[in-house]
Amino acid sequence: MITLKIDGKTVEVPENTTVLRAAEAAGITIPTLCDHPDLTPYGGCRLCVVEVKGYRLPMASCALPVSQDMEVITENPALAEARRGILELLLSDYYDQGYEDGLGGSNELLHWAEHYHIDLEQAMAKQPRYRVDSDPNPFVWVDMNKCILCTRCIRACADVQGRFVWSLAARGAHTQVVAGAGTTMLDARCESCGACVAYCPTGALNNKMSLHLGAADRKVTTTCTYCGVGCQLELNVKDDKVIRVTSNSDAAVNGMRLCVKGRYGYDFIHHPDRLTQPQVRKYLLDGTPRPPGRGEWVTVDWDTALDLTAAKLSACRDIYGSNSLGILCSAKCLNEENYLFNKFARQVIGTNNIDHCARL
Amino acid sequence: MLIIGSNTTEQHPVFGTMIRQAVMHRGVKLVVADPRKIDITEFATLHLQLRPGTDIPLVNGLMNIILEKGWEDRDFILNRTEGFDEVRQTLEHYTPEHVAQLTGIPLEKLYEAAEILATNKPMAVMWAMGITQHIVGVNNVMDLANLQMMLGNLGVPGGGVNPLRGQNNVQGACDMGGLPNVYSGYQNVTLDASREKFEAAWGAQLSQTVGMTVTEMIPGIEEDKIHALYVLGEDPIVSDPNSSHIRKCMEECDLVILQEIFPSETSPYADILLPGASFAEKSGTFTNTERRVQMVHQAISPPGEARPDWWIIAEIARRVLAQGARQVQPAPYSGWEYENTSQIMDEVAALTPSYAGVSHARLERDPAGLHWPVKDAEHPGTPILHVGQFTRGKGHFMPVEHVPPAELPDEAYPMLLNTGRVLYHWHGGEMTRRSAGLLEIYSHAKIEINPEDARMLGLNGKRRVRVSSRRGSIEAHAWITDRVPTGMIFSNFHFPESSANELTIAALDPVAKIPEYKICAVRVEALD
Repeated sequence: MITLKIDGKTVEVPENTTVLRAAEAAGITIPTLCDHPDLTPYGGCRLCVVEVKGYRLPMASCALPVSQDMEVITENPALAEARRGILELLLSDYYDQGYEDGLGGSNELLHWAEHYHIDLEQAMAKQPRYRVDSDPNPFVWVDMNKCILCTRCIRACADVQGRFVWSLAARGAHTQVVAGAGTTMLDARCESCGACVAYCPTGALNNKMSLHLGAADRKVTTTCTYCGVGCQLELNVKDDKVIRVTSNSDAAVNGMRLCVKGRYGYDFIHHPDRLTQPQVRKYLLDGTPRPPGRGEWVTVDWDTALDLTAAKLSACRDIYGSNSLGILCSAKCLNEENYLFNKFARQVIGTNNIDHCARL
Repeated sequence: MLIIGSNTTEQHPVFGTMIRQAVMHRGVKLVVADPRKIDITEFATLHLQLRPGTDIPLVNGLMNIILEKGWEDRDFILNRTEGFDEVRQTLEHYTPEHVAQLTGIPLEKLYEAAEILATNKPMAVMWAMGITQHIVGVNNVMDLANLQMMLGNLGVPGGGVNPLRGQNNVQGACDMGGLPNVYSGYQNVTLDASREKFEAAWGAQLSQTVGMTVTEMIPGIEEDKIHALYVLGEDPIVSDPNSSHIRKCMEECDLVILQEIFPSETSPYADILLPGASFAEKSGTFTNTERRVQMVHQAISPPGEARPDWWIIAEIARRVLAQGARQVQPAPYSGWEYENTSQIMDEVAALTPSYAGVSHARLERDPAGLHWPVKDAEHPGTPILHVGQFTRGKGHFMPVEHVPPAELPDEAYPMLLNTGRVLYHWHGGEMTRRSAGLLEIYSHAKIEINPEDARMLGLNGKRRVRVSSRRGSIEAHAWITDRVPTGMIFSNFHFPESSANELTIAALDPVAKIPEYKICAVRVEALD
């Protein structure tokens, strides 16, 4: 373990911890834009500069490993001035078209700009440099006018997803983030997992499905409905509708990771095809024999549907015996529901004819 | 790490990303055995492109080499297992030369794979339906367990036999007694003790005979064994083998009750359609592939009159019992009065030893979830099974012999069809085909076909193909790609209009009754 002092506070952290993480552990927030605990340190934005006793110049704390008896100052007028300069530089290439991006008019860059009392109007670029919505990916909205070259997207794609879609192209003031060798994301073998969006601190990469839908009323953490990995995800809810899915570092199974279906395959929930009323075939209500093709559907209330279901199931059991019924429960449904189906088959019907799609 | 019969990055994408990171950042050695060049092979130290249906020769061959080189874990075999000598005898005729011939894998790759798998410890084996959906599915799994026992890789972190469960809650549906032979927690229906326990709990006389599997029930309609089906959230027309036969059976069924969130390919055959709730509209638990029980939280209300499935089933149960033909006595858990799923989980816990310590209150306190078995309210759960001892005591080696697939290509049907899913869709596609962006990226079925075969058929990347088997025929776009070897095509079942299951064969594993989805014979023709 290494002991050091940050803003006069004694901190003990494991070797190879960065000063930024050590400060975080001590409850001290150092502003940063390019750093993220999940990603390889980059030292690109330099917003996280700190003064270290014995060092001539301020150091980027995200890339500086702690050393024994180090003394660090994270904030003073000189550092604040340095950060203001950095933020003004970043903002001079940042252009906001003004569309509603679902981030509530804020993002990490604007948060720090406000924190350091920067006049946004004055500091921001006066015109766009890139086309807005420049990539046809159906899930990821690309507006490189908001990009500050922090490279979190590049590292998220490589460090989290293992896909290497994003990279830096050109030099100097012309440097930009591109997919592949300047192709579309999908042509650069993007899997549309949205990790780049999840880590973007400015909204340059955003969730296309959620633009113009506003901020969520609440986030509900739940378990994904697709595969057996069991990722935890946050359903962002507004007006009783899911408007966005986000991931959270706290998730035990997956952390910030999600796949394309988990993050973006949620719109089936609100699809107009959803069944919203119990329906029975007309012949059942009429008490007539079943016509070929079973005849037309009639929408009924729950009592009618449930009584009819119970009557037909009991009749079948009484005529042909318990084992003439087959119950298929569902690997998409809750444990509690599957338990009840098992109880239903065995206790209520009296058969062990119960199965589900485990084999399929 | 050995991945065999799992298209991990497409079917368990998030787990797939973790494997990629393990290879890149931790230098994990990865062997992938798969007939196709699936994406994860790009990260593999070695790709064993075996002939479909030769998993047993491959695994036996690897074990043969391991014994030849003396890489087996003798202590583990001696202290933790039994039956090793019989397996050793079986392995004798799976010589590397013979196995190379059967599998099509070059001899030197077999040796290289055996060395990687045997000398890196611990080593984990992962598989999915590529191992199980064969008439020898059970034997395939047994053989992988043989391999891991031989190498002493069981009951240790980073080792193990790891089936990657497909559906979000297929583990839980099995755990909860959604199977014809067991009550919740795998308590066998044929054992007097478990049956009597549930009879006492539920207040009813219970059947002593093992029930039918889904692959027996639906064909059972034709044989007059089954007269009514009550189906919850499943689309047998799309997901079961040989769709046209399934359609015929469903058409004949006297009563089909379907509880679903969408009209499906199966709903035309339903007599009653009950609207259920999606995962976002109810609270309860799912159990993932790690046996980890996690909370599901309701975020929004179900649309219209749709109701959570637990509410619907409880209502029907009460009404059927009120009809009185079947007697239920008052008993601790005979009733169907549930206000929420937390009460249901308490009942599960009371009757299921492996879930005894699971409750919603506890899962709310610890969102990381609990791995069963959770023996009581204080028990921390069991992330790793078989530590120190197997459930049955000693691990039993099972000698496994190669059996060829049920239907191999012949003159009339000269190509082999392999089936599965793709990244952008899910199973029968009922959800993902209703997701605009997913459909935009992957809008129709594509049949993977090797460039050499494509040339022989006169395909040019634009022409569609007709694929026919002895059971049916589909038309779809061809994707000319060397992901598949020559002589084999790959098709998915996400799109009903060109679903692979029109073609697949209902040949079943004799024990697990799982269909051989991974292999059947087909004929491919180019369309204009």
